[in-house]
Amino acid sequence: MLTLKGKSVSSGITIGPLALFHRNTISTAVRPIDDAEAEVSRFQAARAASISQLQSLYEKAVEKVGEEQAAVFEVHQMMLDDDDYVDDIVSQIRDEKLNAEAAVEHTAQNFAAMFRGMDDAYMQARAADVLDISRRVERELCGGEGIDFSAYDHVIIAADDLAPSETLQLDTDKILGFVTSDGSTNSHTAILARTLGIAAVVSTGTQLHNDVDGKTAVVDGTTGTVYIDPDEETLDRMKKRQDLETRRRQELESVRGKESVTRDGRHIDVYANIGNPDNLPQVLSNDAEGIGLFRSEFLYLGRNTYPTEEEQFEAYKKTAQTMAGKKVIIRTLDIGADKKVDYFNLAPEENPAMGMRAIRICLTRPELFRTQLRALCRASAFGTIAIMFPMIISADEVRRAKAILRDVQHELDEQGMKYDPHMEVGIMIETPAAAIMSDELAKEVDFFSIGSNDLTQYTLAIDRQQTQLDAFFDAHHPAVLRLIGQTIANGHKEGIWVGICGELGADLTLTETFLRMGFDELSVSPPAVLPLREKIRSLDLKK
Amino acid sequence: MKEFTYTITDHQGIHARPAGLLVKEAKKYASSLTIAKGSKKGDLKKIFTVMGLGVKQGESVTIQAEGADEEAAASAMEAFFKENF
Repeated sequence: MLTLKGKSVSSGITIGPLALFHRNTISTAVRPIDDAEAEVSRFQAARAASISQLQSLYEKAVEKVGEEQAAVFEVHQMMLDDDDYVDDIVSQIRDEKLNAEAAVEHTAQNFAAMFRGMDDAYMQARAADVLDISRRVERELCGGEGIDFSAYDHVIIAADDLAPSETLQLDTDKILGFVTSDGSTNSHTAILARTLGIAAVVSTGTQLHNDVDGKTAVVDGTTGTVYIDPDEETLDRMKKRQDLETRRRQELESVRGKESVTRDGRHIDVYANIGNPDNLPQVLSNDAEGIGLFRSEFLYLGRNTYPTEEEQFEAYKKTAQTMAGKKVIIRTLDIGADKKVDYFNLAPEENPAMGMRAIRICLTRPELFRTQLRALCRASAFGTIAIMFPMIISADEVRRAKAILRDVQHELDEQGMKYDPHMEVGIMIETPAAAIMSDELAKEVDFFSIGSNDLTQYTLAIDRQQTQLDAFFDAHHPAVLRLIGQTIANGHKEGIWVGICGELGADLTLTETFLRMGFDELSVSPPAVLPLREKIRSLDLKK
Repeated sequence: MKEFTYTITDHQGIHARPAGLLVKEAKKYASSLTIAKGSKKGDLKKIFTVMGLGVKQGESVTIQAEGADEEAAASAMEAFFKENF
């Protein structure tokens, strides 16, 4: 039996076979090479393989979508045949004794920078093509084509950490649990596990290898322990705990359908956080009273092109209709920082958490923002949609975003398209600036939703991806709680409601504090809804 | 050497897909082919070079062909520009 200790991110116990997540990780790190000519041949072989993949993609695409749409794969082949591109890579291997992966990456970045520097938006976007073809070659160099996600069926996934785009492609019904060697308690694997209510342990510090494939493991998400090849005694003990948890879940059934109200009559809305319409069954099965955070950026992840207005409209409409009049709060796109998408073609940054992300992208590229706002407004005709803007730091940003929204609504009026003219507009309070300025911001919007994860990381200046800093991290830091308290008071002074949609909302040790502060809404991952309601119903604020 | 100058009328200029077709056409000829926009000049058989010129509507480019089949290459290129750009 092998015992691993990590961090608990999603409670519960799961028992099942392990499956190592095979990624064929692309590593473009520089490493020394002995034989430059052998490295050149390795590059040429990978390049030839990539061209032939593109040729078969081209042929398939011609059949499916026609020659016009398929042409991109032909252009990509030509790019891989371009003498300047190839010579640049080969000369780096020969002259600088670089390994092929690093040489391809250098050339890709140089060519991409050339396109980004052009004065035409279309040509700037071609940087993504250069990166795309280069990634294909790099993938070949690192041992072959992508990941077969369908292979993960009724298994516990073992990985270093999963990227948001990877978690999206998993068939989540078939995943029993997660064990990761890296990743923090706020990583996307952790968020996904919480949404699905499956056990997960992260940051075990132990990289697992192929030999664990198929072995039985027990993931104890409550204590953050993983047992691989458990002995009979451990297995027995864990099965008993599993039974206890099943019973506990049955107990929670008693608050299903009940109001989230304290003994002394204070009502609180308990909503759920989701990433996309695929999570709707969890919202319904956990009896959430609405959706407090729909992370719309998940519609943009795990793909190679921008989602169209129609695609977004369908996703929002489906959510609004499924919720049948209950509130659905959709956060406009929050790309950037730890959520990266190649086709957005964002320049690399030293400090992405403080960089071009969220509302900053939307105000810089209003066309992108307008497409999303049009889809959101159109969908608002099918239920009760509210929207909120992320990463706000000033009232001026709110006014600019609202001006674009009004403009989009006028356009819809002219086109005779329906939307809800009373749709609520709010903002996330997730920067210290927004919390401090909340008295002024409250005059601009219908509601606040506190994003406690980012508010905490920015207030404490602790990177949430940086696991070494966990020792310095205090989720209940008084500075954060004080900012939250001020925000609620300032919101109420202007007569608007205030909610929270970060992980802190699910922290039952804070529920009483939060209710006394005056929160009107708490939005948590779906499996946390019933435990939170039970807690609220047990409290008496008069005492 | 053969050469001609052409002013782009297509509103998209020489974008990725037509640039690909242009390079493909150029590669059919043995002659060396160059494309120049203002003081910038490059090989017409290289897609990154052609795209890198960023040729837009209303701009003029000069194409030169030099080699055994320069006559055929220049007239084919001219026809291609007229049809596509």
